[in-house]
Amino acid sequence: MTTRHTHAIHVQGLKKSFKELRVLRGVDLTVARGGIFALLGSNGAGKTTVVKILATLLKADAGTARVNGFDVATQAPDVRASISLTGQFAAVDEILSGRENLVLIARLRHLGNPGKIADDLLARFSLTDAGGRKVATYSGGMRRRLDLAMSLIGDPAVVFLDEPTTGLDPQARVEVWHAVKELAGRGTTVLLTTQYLDEAEQLADRIAILHQGRIIVEGTLAELKRLLPPAEVEYVEKQPTLEDVFLTLVGPKT
Amino acid sequence: MTKHFVGDTVTLLGRSLRHIARSPDTVITTAVMPIAMMLMFVYVFGGAIDTGTESYVNYQLPGILLITVASGIAYTAFRLFTDMKGGLFERFQSMPIARSSVLWAHVLTSLVANLVSLVVVVLVALLMGFRSPAGVAAWLAVAGLLILFTLALTWIAVIPGLTAKTMEGASAFSYPLIFLPFLSSAFVPTDTMPGPLRAFAEHQPVTSIVNTIRDLFARQPVGADLWIALCWCSGILVVAYVLAMNTYRRKIS
Repeated sequence: MTTRHTHAIHVQGLKKSFKELRVLRGVDLTVARGGIFALLGSNGAGKTTVVKILATLLKADAGTARVNGFDVATQAPDVRASISLTGQFAAVDEILSGRENLVLIARLRHLGNPGKIADDLLARFSLTDAGGRKVATYSGGMRRRLDLAMSLIGDPAVVFLDEPTTGLDPQARVEVWHAVKELAGRGTTVLLTTQYLDEAEQLADRIAILHQGRIIVEGTLAELKRLLPPAEVEYVEKQPTLEDVFLTLVGPKT
Repeated sequence: MTKHFVGDTVTLLGRSLRHIARSPDTVITTAVMPIAMMLMFVYVFGGAIDTGTESYVNYQLPGILLITVASGIAYTAFRLFTDMKGGLFERFQSMPIARSSVLWAHVLTSLVANLVSLVVVVLVALLMGFRSPAGVAAWLAVAGLLILFTLALTWIAVIPGLTAKTMEGASAFSYPLIFLPFLSSAFVPTDTMPGPLRAFAEHQPVTSIVNTIRDLFARQPVGADLWIALCWCSGILVVAYVLAMNTYRRKIS
């Protein structure tokens, strides 16, 4: 049971097919506790499938996955008590106010004093003024912030963020980045999926690249950069960006 | 996690009742269509329809009540569909809650919303001259039968709510249900219908339910129709519940 204390997420040989389409072909992944871990991949690489399996929303065809020490297949209720999921689209209730959304989640997590929890989170995510308004009137960035705030209720050990900034304008993206950094700063493990390479560069402590159903590389940004030959000094020194690393490893789109 | 079933269902029920309170148009539109039909049938066609003894407004009310429920459950499918599409469903399912409470909250909300619409329709019928000598017990029996009918149709509505790809698809299933009372004893006596149609009309569920409610309102003995109506409603309820739960389990595997 050492894994329980050392790893937030431990995945071995995970496979998942949708009819003929083999999306995951043996994913191995270990995420240590704390910090932000980015799962990079092109559209359709299977990032969301990995997250859904880890969040107990999908069953894997083969392989094992443990989250916070609990097996997703056999200890699903314990996994659900340890995590929260923020999906690709802000999963908020449009008709309720921001505060009511937070109170709802706090109640469903069976916590005492849901009103105070809601007010604290509204303050923390700069939503106090908008708290009483219907979410339908919120901007994209505010919605995402509320979505993140809802994910933090009950202090889950692991937070999954599936493409948290897809469809946001640049300013709203920066707002979300701040919120994610703050979250990780409090000791929560964040597994982030993204197709934006600069997002991973900005946020992640460690990065894994999912390609053709497997993790093809995993490490810190510096380690990933070292996979390419060192920069040649010409007139201008050009360091490879993570984007270069990604595209070289993944190869041109077929 | 089943120990939280009641608490979670109540919390989620509170949420969707708030939705209804904030968009009362869903309850109003549910009631408007049957009321418009009732006006048309009573004041346009009613004079020309010979139903025997009763006043026509009394005669057609049971059918209108069933149409009210059939159009009301389209919103149940719609609300479920919205939760599925918006990702809220996944959020709830990834939380440590009693998972079936998500469905039950929608089903109970459907019941409350439909009962409100039914009360509105009955009040309008009273204004139009509907009168019933029925006692409290008969009214309770009518309410009980309508609740059973609403639950049966609601569980049918859950299936497209979970599986539909588009919003139109989520509510289109209710059209045949709304149409069914027209092929029954709800608006005209079945004995003027041509043979095959008459056979269908007399043996489909709506006729037995309508006849039972009509007899209860008129303070007449209900006879075998009551048992046929109860069998239809419970049968549909059980089949739809099993299918809906299977669909649900497949969706959340």
